Parts: sequence; structure tokens; C-alpha cells
Amino acid sequence: MTERPAVLGAGASPARAGWRRAASIRGGLPALLFLAPMLIIFGVFSWLPIGQAFVMSVQETNLVTEPTFVGLDNFAQVLGDPLFGTAVRNTAYFALLALVFGYPVPLILAVLMSELRRSRGLLSALAYLPVVIPPVVAVLLWKVFYDPRPNGVFNEILGWIGLGPVPWLQTAGTVMPSLVLEATWAAAGGTVIIYLAALHAVPAELYDAADVDGASIWQKVRHVTIPQLRGVMLITLILQVIGTSQIFLEPFLFTGGGPANATMTVLLLIYKYAFQNSIGGDYGAATALSLMLAAFLAVLSAVYFRATRSWSTT
Amino acid sequence: MSRTQRRRGSSAAALVTIIMLATACGGASVASSTPAPEGEEPAESASAEQITLTVVSLRPGSEPEAFAAFEEQVAQFEEANPDIDVVSEEYEWTGPTFAAQLAGGTLPDVFTIPFTDGKSLIEQGQLADISDQVAALPYADQFNANVLDAGQDADGRIFAVPTAAYGIGLHYNRTLFEQAGLDPDQPPTTWDEVREYAKAIADATGQAGYVQMSQSNTGGWQLTTLSYAHGGRVQEGAGADAVSTIDNPGTRAALGLLREMRWTDNAMGSNFLYDWGTINSDFSAGLIGMYTSGSDVYTALSQEHEIDPDQYGLASLPLEGADAGLLGGGTLAAVNVLADDAVKEAAVRWIDFYYMAKLLDQDAATLDAQTLAENDQPVGTPALPVFDQATYETSLEWIADYINVPLDQMASFTENIFEQPLVPEPSAHTQEAYAILDTIVQAVLTDENADIDALLADADSQVQALLDAD
Repeated sequence: MTERPAVLGAGASPARAGWRRAASIRGGLPALLFLAPMLIIFGVFSWLPIGQAFVMSVQETNLVTEPTFVGLDNFAQVLGDPLFGTAVRNTAYFALLALVFGYPVPLILAVLMSELRRSRGLLSALAYLPVVIPPVVAVLLWKVFYDPRPNGVFNEILGWIGLGPVPWLQTAGTVMPSLVLEATWAAAGGTVIIYLAALHAVPAELYDAADVDGASIWQKVRHVTIPQLRGVMLITLILQVIGTSQIFLEPFLFTGGGPANATMTVLLLIYKYAFQNSIGGDYGAATALSLMLAAFLAVLSAVYFRATRSWSTT
Repeated sequence: MSRTQRRRGSSAAALVTIIMLATACGGASVASSTPAPEGEEPAESASAEQITLTVVSLRPGSEPEAFAAFEEQVAQFEEANPDIDVVSEEYEWTGPTFAAQLAGGTLPDVFTIPFTDGKSLIEQGQLADISDQVAALPYADQFNANVLDAGQDADGRIFAVPTAAYGIGLHYNRTLFEQAGLDPDQPPTTWDEVREYAKAIADATGQAGYVQMSQSNTGGWQLTTLSYAHGGRVQEGAGADAVSTIDNPGTRAALGLLREMRWTDNAMGSNFLYDWGTINSDFSAGLIGMYTSGSDVYTALSQEHEIDPDQYGLASLPLEGADAGLLGGGTLAAVNVLADDAVKEAAVRWIDFYYMAKLLDQDAATLDAQTLAENDQPVGTPALPVFDQATYETSLEWIADYINVPLDQMASFTENIFEQPLVPEPSAHTQEAYAILDTIVQAVLTDENADIDALLADADSQVQALLDAD
């Protein structure tokens, strides 16, 4: 952006002129009108419910009569619930598994796909296909695949190579990895597309220079690709952590939180507070826990960006 | 501040804002239920001439013929009551649906709830007081007191009308019995026999011999049933003196039986996460030898899963132990708390016509049975009396010509049911206690080393905390 001469303000230094220009709404009324629909939709469907959540978290209500103010009782109740600790542990476990096994998968796929120049379009479509399937349909489909009987789909296939029937969703040991497997399959495609685009922006000269230096494929990936992608990777990392901390659909549809609360996550606990007891439910506790989760994720993001400032490219 | 620093600062701010919005969007999607504003308009209009009454019909997924039979009955009602226009909608009782509909003002005027939830809803003020309207009915004082109690508050005001009562029965697959070399007309009468037969079925056919519900509070419901059947009680006392007694010899015997069948005999198949709907589905598909559920479940098996009548058998639940009893439950018809008097009056008229008349009036019973039979819907599924045994048996005689369920395959149940002592479900925090018991059932079925002592102690302390908080 070029500096204008000091016509905007007498004696204004270039810096002060820039500030004054930024202070007025660029574009004026038309810009505001363009922004209005988004502001209204965000206001009504995002910010208003958030405000109501703040209000409901300090209340007790039965949806029919006036709610009563109870202060921080709901928060105390949630923190004192033994299931709260279980839910936090399970959510952390899921996030960790997803990070260790699910985070590298889109990157590896993207790197592999970027090497295959000719079929890249077809492969991108195939990679993205799981994302297109509605999440509920995907989970119910995988629920059938995860049938624990020896003639269930996956067990049948494993039987061909001599591996015993796996209980999948039926034991605490195998249930969380099963959920992570499906979640990774469903979400990888979107991240693959993002990485592919980012890879496209890596200058080819860097790879040529690496070739000249005699680098192997692994060394090229380690010393050229990953450093060039680190900006995108940092963003996808924090987005994945935020996303997996809010995991709900998989535990809800696969196991309802079982077996024996092995897949009870924070969001599922919120749902349980609000709806499980088939009679109105405890919206105070549910909103209190939601707010605690939101605050935690906000703090986490702030800390994360502060800590990774030196590595980021923005 | 230099231009680069400023740009970096504003980019970082924009990025953080986007992250916060992403969090907000995710978080907002959870807390999106809105509380009902005061003075919400009722869903129906009450004019002097025409009252629109929204009522519930059948569970979603029921056969089209079932819906056709229902619509025929609606037409009969509207002909007899020209001032009421009935609008029906599919309905299945679930916590989220009820809460969301109540908050959003779209709850039907007449809907059904299980006995379990009657008292809690009344206490929370979420049902309409219909005592006056019910008192005007000619049979208002003929109800079985225990059954009517499920829909009354502490002062005896009526908030819901019992429309059906049931006891738990042992449902079994006659085909699998035959394949295992067992006599399908001689179902098990003791729990040892249940275990023996389950093993025989699992060994001979590879299907699950005995299966137990474990999810969505049904695990706790059935564990309570088994506890009662072994002489235990999960709650004692009432009100301020209520005590949680989940840890008792009956419950331990029940859990011991489940543990043996699961781990020693391997007779429970490989799927242990079942709720009411999925267990019905697998049973109808012939994958389950035996399971326990309400005696009226044949209606659902037929309407929703097209079970082959020849393979269905119903036995009475084995009761062992001095205090053994049969868990009883039922269905209540309730009215939307936001309904005004005109709607309440119309609602009780509908309840009288659709739910109650067939129990008391021969013409109504015959018409109802005929309509259902013509549409190939099950007629005559075993139930328990809402009024008294004599009335119930008389009503069965009225519809004898239309009964199309395989009653002789349910002989073991119908012959014994009136001798079995009925025990109501625990009255305080029932669904929450069931949810806590779900965990015990799932743990015993999925973890060979589950510590039953610790699980029971933990469950008792959790439920006791709920009882003490009242």
C-alpha cells in the first residue's frame, strides 16, 4: 500500500495519516449494508444463544415457570460430579489419539497425492468423499461395520487374513480407537484439500535445490515441505484440538457414552445434563459446563498462539 | 508502531477473532435451547365453535396399516364430536423431544408418558391438572388405586390417566428353542433353567441365548426388574426417608447370573449395548433367544419390526426368593400444561374415546378391535388391568373374535400373571437411578474383572446424593 502525501491532515506524519484513514469505515454505508446480514445472522444464531447460555448457567428452570437465580451453584455441581472427571479424561484421550493418529494422516495423504500429478484431481475427489457423506449416515454405517459378531463386516474382512473378531465398540479398550478411526476417516478429506492447496504454493525451486543437494524424499519432506507448511499446520493443529474437544456425534450415536462411561465426553455430558433424564433436565448444569468448555478452549487458543508466535508465518 | 507491526497485530487479532467465533459456533450449537417465555400461546385455538386438538398417534416407523387404523378411529371420534377437530402427529416418548417441544410450545395437547415419569413431571409442574374433567367420567372411581396413583400428586389431584398397565415378561424365540432341542411350549420357570436354556441355544445355534438391555436407562430398568425377581428392592422408604438400597442380595444374585451367562457360558452373544428399540429389532430378526421386557412389547414387535408370529413366545418371569416381585409399569395419557379449560375438556373426551372406552364398553371395545384387526394390527396383546381383573377379563371376552396375536404361545404368561405380586418402579429420581444402573450392567457385561462391590457402592452413593438433595 503506497503512502499518500499529507493531504488528509495538516502536518500528519505518514503513520498518523494511516491511523486516521483506518479509523473511518472504509467503503461507508454500502459496506455496512453488506455486513448487515452476516451480523444479524451471527447475532441471532450465535451471539444471542451464547448470551442466553450465560444467563441460564446461573439459573434453575423447568421451562414452564419463571427461572430462579442460583448463583454459582450449577458450576459447583458440575465440578463435584464424578462423571465430570471421567468426561474430561475421555475427551483428552480422544483428542490425544486423534492428534497422534489422525493429525499426520491428511498430511501424508496430501504429500503423496501431490506427487501423483496426473490423478490428483480424482484422488482429491475420492479423499473428500467421506466428508460429503452426512455425519449421522457415516456413523450409522460404521456402526453396522463395527458389528461385533464374527460375521460383521470388519470382522469378516479381518477373518480373511486370520485376525480374530474384534469387539470394536463392546469393550472399553477398543471403543475409543474405533471412534477415532471413524472420525479420522470422516474428517481427513477436508484437511487434505487444505494441505494440497498449501503444497501447491511451495516454490518448486526449493525442491530443485534440494535435489541438487542430493536429498532423499524423506529429507525433502522434512527440510522443505514441513517448514513451508508450518503456518497451515499450526492452524489445523489448533482447529483439530478445538474440534476434538467438542466431540459429540461419535460417542452419542455409536455407544451413548458406554460401555460403562468409557466414551462419555464433555459434550455428551452436557447433552446428558440437559436431556437424558426425560423430564425437562438440568439446563443450568448443561450451560455451566458449556461455558467452562468454551473458556478453556479460548484460553488454550490464546496460550497456543502466544507460544507458537515464533514459528508461525502470519 | 511500524506498518509491519500493525499489520501483524491486526492479522493476529483477526485470526484470534476467527478462532473465538469458531469456538463460539461450536459452543453455541450446544446451548441453543431457548426457555419458554411466559404466557406462551397454546398450540391450538379454542374458539366457541371448533376446537383443534393435537393428539399423538403412533411411534414413527410404524406400519402404514397401523396409521390407517388410527386415522379411522380419529374419523369415528370426529363424527361423534363435531366440535372437535383432531390433528394427529407421530410420537415417541423421549426426554429430548419432550423438553424441546415443551420449551418450543409445540407439545401436542394429549400425549403419553410411561408410569416412571408421571410423578416427576407432576412435581415439576409440567402436566395439566385434569382432576375435574376426569371426575366427570362415569368410571372415575373404578380405577385400580395403585394404577391411578401413578398419575396423581401427593394430594390426590389427577394429572394423567392410566391407559395401560403391564408386567415384565420373558420373551423367547420358539424357533431357536426348537433348534436347540428345547420344547417351545415349556419355557424356563427358574433362573437356573434360563441360564441352562441360554447356553443350549448359544451352543446349538450360535445366536445369543439371553440378552439384556443396557443403554438409555433401559439397563437400569431391567436390572431393577431382575433385582425384584430375586427378592431385592432398589429403594426403600419415601420422601425425606428415602434410602437407596441398590446393593442387596437380590441385585447381587442378578448380577452374578448375568456374569455367569456372559463370561462362563458365553451365552449372551457379542453385542452388549442394547436399548428398548434395538433389542426388539434384533429379537424380531431371530438373533436373540430370550430377553425380558414389558408384556405389551408384542404390539411394537409386530407394528415396527414385522415379527413372524410363529416364532414368538411369552413366558412369565421366574420369581425366586421370599420377597420376589414383578416390576409393573404402564402408560399414562397426559395433557399439555399450557392448555386452557376448553382444550382440557376436549382432551379428556379424546382420552376417554381412544384410550379408555375399549376397556369398559363392549361396543367401543369391539369397534376398536375390529378396526385394528381389519388393518392387520395386533389385537389382544397381554396386559394388566387398569380397573380390576374382572373388567379386564370381560373386555377380553368381548374382543375374543378379533384376537389375532398367538395367545396360546403366551399361555405361560397369561396363566401365571395374576398370581405374581406386582411391585411398582422406584418412585424417586427413577430415570436418574436407571441411568446410574446402566453403567453397572454395561460394566458387568463388557469387563470380566468388573468390581461389583465397588460398582454397587458407587451407585448407591450417587443415588443417595440425589435423594438427599430433595
